[in-house]
Amino acid sequence: MLEVNNLTKSYGKLVAVSGVTFRADSGQTIGLLGPNGAGKTTTVSIIAGLLSPDSGEVLIEGKQVKSDTDPVKLKIGLVPQDMALYDELTARDNLTFFAALYSISGAKAKQAIDAALNLVGLSDRASDRVKTFSGGMKRRLNLAAALLHDPQILLLDEPTVGVDPQSRNAIFDNLESLKKLGKTLIYTTHYMEEAERLCDRIVIIDHGKVIADDTLQGLHKLLPITNVIAVELDTADGFKPEQMLALPEVKSATLSQSTLRIGVHDLSRGVPSVLRWLSENGHPYHHIASEQPDLETVFLTLTGRSLRDA
Amino acid sequence: MIPFLALVRKDLKLFFNDRKAVMVGMLVPIVLAAFFGYLFGGQGGNAETSKVAVRVIDQDGSDISRGLITNLSDNKTLDIKPSALDAAREVVRKGKAVAAIIIPKDFGRDAGRALFTGQNKPQLTLLYDPSRNVELSMLKGMLEGAVMQTVSKEMFSGSNGRDLLNESLSRVDSDSRISAEDRKVLHNLLGSVNELNAQRDRDAATGQIPVSAGLTMPYQTHEEAITSGDNVAYNGYAHSFGGMGIQFILFMGLDVGIALLMLRQTGLWQRLRAAPLSRTMLLGSRTVSASLIAGFILFVLFTFARVVFGVHILGSFAGFVGICAAFSLMTAAFGLMVAALGETVEATRGYSIMATLFMVMLGGAWVPTFVFPAWLQKLTVVVPTRWAMDGLDSMTWRGLGFPSALAPIGVLLFFTLLFGVVAVMRFRWSADG
Repeated sequence: MLEVNNLTKSYGKLVAVSGVTFRADSGQTIGLLGPNGAGKTTTVSIIAGLLSPDSGEVLIEGKQVKSDTDPVKLKIGLVPQDMALYDELTARDNLTFFAALYSISGAKAKQAIDAALNLVGLSDRASDRVKTFSGGMKRRLNLAAALLHDPQILLLDEPTVGVDPQSRNAIFDNLESLKKLGKTLIYTTHYMEEAERLCDRIVIIDHGKVIADDTLQGLHKLLPITNVIAVELDTADGFKPEQMLALPEVKSATLSQSTLRIGVHDLSRGVPSVLRWLSENGHPYHHIASEQPDLETVFLTLTGRSLRDA
Repeated sequence: MIPFLALVRKDLKLFFNDRKAVMVGMLVPIVLAAFFGYLFGGQGGNAETSKVAVRVIDQDGSDISRGLITNLSDNKTLDIKPSALDAAREVVRKGKAVAAIIIPKDFGRDAGRALFTGQNKPQLTLLYDPSRNVELSMLKGMLEGAVMQTVSKEMFSGSNGRDLLNESLSRVDSDSRISAEDRKVLHNLLGSVNELNAQRDRDAATGQIPVSAGLTMPYQTHEEAITSGDNVAYNGYAHSFGGMGIQFILFMGLDVGIALLMLRQTGLWQRLRAAPLSRTMLLGSRTVSASLIAGFILFVLFTFARVVFGVHILGSFAGFVGICAAFSLMTAAFGLMVAALGETVEATRGYSIMATLFMVMLGGAWVPTFVFPAWLQKLTVVVPTRWAMDGLDSMTWRGLGFPSALAPIGVLLFFTLLFGVVAVMRFRWSADG
C-alpha cells in the first residue's frame, strides 16, 4: 500500500531525515515513534507531498506523486498536527469546504460529511461555529476533515496533542473504527502508550534515522529482559535489591518504597526462583504481579536516552 | 471548478462573517473621504476657503500707505488687519498670520519718487511664517499689484502726488547724472502727466467724468470650471472617495498577503497542499476573492458617495467599472506579491505598510498630484495608484468617455501581471517555508 524508501531531507547542515525506510500494508497501523524533532513530521510531510525529499521515494500502490494535481493524492488523507480548521465557520461549512477541495459536492458531499461527523461523534454540533468547540472536539473535527474523500491511507501527525484523556480515548475509538474499516494508518506520536495501543508495527525514529522497525512483540525481543516481576514487600527496611543479582535468572533489580521490580528474561523460571529466594531470606510479601517493559524501555535500551528527555 | 469556487466562496464567507470588521472597514474610509472631500471643495466646489491672514504695520501714515492698505483689504483672499510691530511678529510666530507687512516711514514719498527715477527705492519688509511658502508667494504677487496701483494712482491724481511730480520734474532737470537725451524724454513724460492732471481738473469742473488715473490691471478674469458639462459643479467628494477607496483597498490587499503568509504556518496550508489542487488554483482563487472584496468596497463607497454627497459617474460607466475591476485585480496581485516576498509576518507587515502608504501618497489619493513639484508629478506616472486615481477622476467628475479609461485600465492590468508573475515565481510552496 505504502512504501517509503530511503528518504533523506536536509535543511542546510541540519539533516532532518536520513535514509528513512518502511512500508505499510493495507489495513495496517504503523506508529512513527520518536521524540520531538526526530523527523516524524518531516517524514509525514514528504509522504503527503508537502515536501520534496532530497533523495528517496514514496510509493503509493506502486506510484509516486508526480504533480500537485496527481490523482494518487486522492488515496491520502492528512490530519496535520496543527489544527487545520476555520474557527469562524461552522463544522459543516468547514467539512463542505474540505470536501469540495476533492471535487465532492451536493448529495455526495452531504453523505460524506454526515458519515464523518457521525464517526467522530459531532453530528449534534454540525451547525456550531468551530470557535465554540473544545480542544478535543476540534481534534476530532480535524480528523473528520481528512476522511471526506474516503482515502485509503490516513496520515495522522500527533492527532492527540493537547487534548484531555477523555477526548484522547474518543479519538482512539475513532481510529480503531477506521482500522476496522480497513484503512491504513500512519500515526506519529511521542506517547508510547498510544503506539502500544494502536499500532501493528512501530518504527522508532531518532535524529532522523530509523533505529527500529518491528511489531511490539518483536521490539520486546530486542530487550535484555522480557518481563518485570513486581513484588510488594511487607517491609523494605534494610532490603538491598542488588543481592538478588546473584540469581542467574535475574537481570535487574530495583526498589522503590516497598515495591521490588525484578527484570527477568524467562518468566516461567524467574518467578519460582525469585519467590524462593525471598522466602529463604526472610522477606515476606503480600502481592506479586508481572509486567511487560514498555516502549520507553525499548527506546532507552536502543538510544541510551529516555524518550521524554530526548 | 468545484474546488476553485469553494476556495473563493470560503474567502468571501470568512470576510463577511466578521461583520464588525466589515462595518469598520467601510466606515473609516467613508469618514475620511467625507473629511477630505469637504476640504477640497465639497459638493458645490465653491465652498468658501479660509482667507490668508496678514498684519500690516503702517509706520508711514501717508495717503499712499493708507491707499495700499485699503487696496489690500479689498482683496477677498486676504484678511488684512493693522497691527503694532511686536504684536504682528508674535502673531506670525504663533502661526496665526501668514505674514506681516511693514510699511516704513516715508514709504509714500520715496515710492512716488522712485516710480519715475528708479532711484532710492523704499523697502517693504515682510515678516513671514516659513512653513507657509505657497501662501507667501501668493501674497507677494498681490502686494506688487497693489503697490503699483496705489502709487501710480497717487502720482497721477493725488495732491501729494502732484507735489511729488513737480519735485521729480525739478530733480530730473537738475540731476547731472541723467543724460541730456534721457532728461528730455523724462521731462516730456512728467510734463505730460502734469498736463493730464490739469485736463482732469478742467473735466471735473465742467462735470465730465475723468478717465481713471494711475496704472490699473489691463484685464479682467472670467472664471469657468470645466467639468463634465455646463452647470455641473465640481464635486470634491468624487476625488476623495476614489482616493480613500484606493487606500483602503490597498490595505485590504495587504491583509490578504499577510493572511496568506500566516496561513503558510498553519495546518490549513498543509491540508490545502495535500489536496490535489494546482498552484494556479490556489493563488488564482485568492486573486479572484480579493478582487471581489475590493470591488465590493468600491461599490459601497461610491454608492454612499452618490446617495449622500451627490457623486455621479458623469463619464463612461463601463470605463468606471473597468478601472475598478483592473485596480481590484492589481490589489489582489499586490497582496500575493507581499505574501511571496515576505519572510516573517512582522517584518512583512512593516515594509508593506510603508510601500502601500507610498503608493497611496504618490498616487494622489490623499491630495491631488498637482500640488506635487513638477519632477514628482512626472515620476508618479510609474505608480499604479496614480493611474487609478486619474482614471476614477476622469470617469466621475471630469465626465470623460470610455477611451480615457483605456490607458488606466491597461497600466493597471500591466501591474497586475507584473505583481502576479513576481508572486508566482517567488512564492515558497513547500510547507516548511
